[in-house]
Amino acid sequence: MSEYILEMKDICKSFPGVKALDHVSLQLKPGHVHSLMGENGAGKSTLMKCLFGIYKKDEGQIIYDGEEVTISDPFDALQKGIAMVHQELMPIRDRSIAENIYCGRYPVKKIGPIKVIDHEKMNSDAQALLDDLGLGFKATEKLGTLTASQMQLVEIAKAVSADAKIIILDEPTSSLTLKEVDKLFEIIRRLTAKGCGVIYISHKMDEILQISDEVTIMRDGQYIGTWPSDELTTEFIIAKEVGRELKDLYPPKINTPGETIFEVKDFDSVLDNSFKDCSFSVRKGEIFGVAGLVGAQRTELMEAIYGLRGITSGTVYYNGQTLKIKNPEDAINNGIALITEDRRGNGIFGVLSISDNVAVASLNDYLLFRVMLDHKKIGEVVDKSIQELSIKTPSAKTQIKNLSGGNQQKVIISRWLAKEPEVLIMDEPTRGIDVGAKYEIYSIIGRLASEGKTIIVVSSEMPELIGICDRIMVMCEGRITGIVEGEDMNQEKIMELSTKFMG
Amino acid sequence: MSEKVSKEKKFDIVQFLVNNALIILIVSSAIFVGLQNPRFFSMANIKNLLANTSVRMVIALGISGVLIMRNNDLSAGRQVGLAGCICATLLQRADYASKVYPNLTPPNMWLVCILVMIGFALTFGVINGLVVTKLHVPAFIGTYGMQTIVYGIALIFTGAQPIGGLINEYTEWASGSFLGIQLIPNLAIITAIVMLVMWFLYNHTPYGKKMYAIGGNPDAAEVSGINTTRMTIVSYMIAAALFALAGFMLAAKAGGTSSNLANGYELFAIAGCTIGGVSVNGGTGKVSGILMGVLVFEILKIEMTFLGIDTAWTYIVQGIVIVVAIALDIRKYIAKK
Repeated sequence: MSEYILEMKDICKSFPGVKALDHVSLQLKPGHVHSLMGENGAGKSTLMKCLFGIYKKDEGQIIYDGEEVTISDPFDALQKGIAMVHQELMPIRDRSIAENIYCGRYPVKKIGPIKVIDHEKMNSDAQALLDDLGLGFKATEKLGTLTASQMQLVEIAKAVSADAKIIILDEPTSSLTLKEVDKLFEIIRRLTAKGCGVIYISHKMDEILQISDEVTIMRDGQYIGTWPSDELTTEFIIAKEVGRELKDLYPPKINTPGETIFEVKDFDSVLDNSFKDCSFSVRKGEIFGVAGLVGAQRTELMEAIYGLRGITSGTVYYNGQTLKIKNPEDAINNGIALITEDRRGNGIFGVLSISDNVAVASLNDYLLFRVMLDHKKIGEVVDKSIQELSIKTPSAKTQIKNLSGGNQQKVIISRWLAKEPEVLIMDEPTRGIDVGAKYEIYSIIGRLASEGKTIIVVSSEMPELIGICDRIMVMCEGRITGIVEGEDMNQEKIMELSTKFMG
Repeated sequence: MSEKVSKEKKFDIVQFLVNNALIILIVSSAIFVGLQNPRFFSMANIKNLLANTSVRMVIALGISGVLIMRNNDLSAGRQVGLAGCICATLLQRADYASKVYPNLTPPNMWLVCILVMIGFALTFGVINGLVVTKLHVPAFIGTYGMQTIVYGIALIFTGAQPIGGLINEYTEWASGSFLGIQLIPNLAIITAIVMLVMWFLYNHTPYGKKMYAIGGNPDAAEVSGINTTRMTIVSYMIAAALFALAGFMLAAKAGGTSSNLANGYELFAIAGCTIGGVSVNGGTGKVSGILMGVLVFEILKIEMTFLGIDTAWTYIVQGIVIVVAIALDIRKYIAKK
């Protein structure tokens, strides 16, 4: 019997255009908390999805409980005793908490020959579990009545109830308050005391150092190393995660901000738990960063400015003039563009060609005789974009879904450049794309700013914001907690402002 | 560049058969039936086929825009029926005994056609569009409601009586041939014009590009500044106008109508579109493909008549064709994922 409950050896996984995992290994001891660290896109979630049967590994071995296993799908993983709490929750809001916990494995009883769901047992078991974990929820309440962080705790309770031997927690604290994090840690300690192994993915150094026994660090899909957590320091982890001097990651600054030109005043969301009293102003030719934790409502604020979300109050000024923005069409006509955070969800048109994806927002600029599209002119614009942003594609007619994430993002940037906006809002512009493409996108951002465009960059990666922005605005729980620049533009200061109202 | 060519142009016999299954099916079955019964290739039969296809094609084109934007229109058949009844009522002979409006002198038939088209677009098209966009009623249910409403209106309007005695100019136009060319019915000319207009609209105007964008990803379309509400309403208006046109054509072709005219035609139109490549997942579909899809149905029907197959069996075969064709469509989609 080996000392490990789980060994993943030389796991490889490729996606079109990206080698997501390149011979990655991980060893988990029973009763231990093993943290997995690395920048976004390092391959942590991919590795866990291979373990949980969501992705099929291309190469490598998974040895679980002393035997090599193949995990075909999540159901198989659960049967084998592996549970996962996903970064993005998949709650069934309209069903009760109990039903969410026992989804797919409802307790049954027999009435004569027919098996029916034993609601009483399900509710009482769920309630006992919730009470045992010290979560003060009622099992029969609809899940939708809870907040996002409470749902996260329910999700963790679900993993506990599965009696798993291994529990994977993928960024479980991203939406939790400090008190809830303590609660989570208490639950984790109880699990490990029972001999359960926990794989913990997080970006938060202090949490990692506090809860884990070992730490494995990954970078760009590669295994960097594993260390006992008491030998680690924050500096050491960052150096290993990044693996190079930060200077190499960002192009030199070439823009010089001018006068204040774009102002946002008194934005209040129609929703209670979203943004409140948000006002800020950005200068011409400035790269303005927006930082905050998940749930800080940065995306919501930007989408509201763009006319995608409802507000009870709020005004946008450009060059001293009030802009009337009721929907994205208005925003675009007023020279504002938004590159959304969810590229697949509301960025790309997967089945359409690159050409159509570029032209879609500026169709009325290519008219012949006022009704007919000038396909030749569109072709010229698209070819120019492909060349200027060095988009790697077989042709302009290729469906965009066949490109890598970085190239898709460049196509979307081209879409807006064709429209020549004065203000370009970019929400997580480098999420899920590789390091090389990131550098190119930073260069494009810098060039646009130097041409006098106003750029707003929302990002969860603090080093990225610090590396490219002139100033960074920080949000916490829907409110603006400060704007940092110069010396103050450092991770500690931003983190402090990001958590101002928490705990 | 050379790498690209070799990758994309590589010939794959299975892929070729799957992608061209329709044409192969049409051609081979037609040859088979033609050998069994040479009258299959007669002028009269081909003209009949073209006339039938013409009406169905206009309905399919109407519904195609709605389908490409991931919506649906179950009121299509009933709208065609009501339009047919209205046109027939207005175009009854002055001396016809049971004329609905005895004092009405039949106006110019083209004026009737255009007014009914505009009227349908502004009422049924706009209402369908508003129900789907503003009231957020799923298109499937919203337009089903409209289907029964329109049928009710047709029953009231006709008093549930058949309408006959249409003016000669109208019925003769519908059964006549273009410039005396036996093979080409007048109805086909109308359809050809509609096809040309729709092809232009879909491929060479911002409306078309926006339509495919909405079908491809409605959320991304909104972020890209496309007014999805306005586009959806317009798609239902175009659809309603074409249903009205189809009603005008169908009433004349049949030489008379009743409130049951074109009952269930929407399902043939939807199936024809889907078979012709209007993706069930939205965002794709070409006018030429839709013509293929509609033709498959009409040719199959005529072929089975020629082979003397019992009507009951023709229904079964049609059903199988729908399922198989759509299974092939989905297969193409899944393979690319």
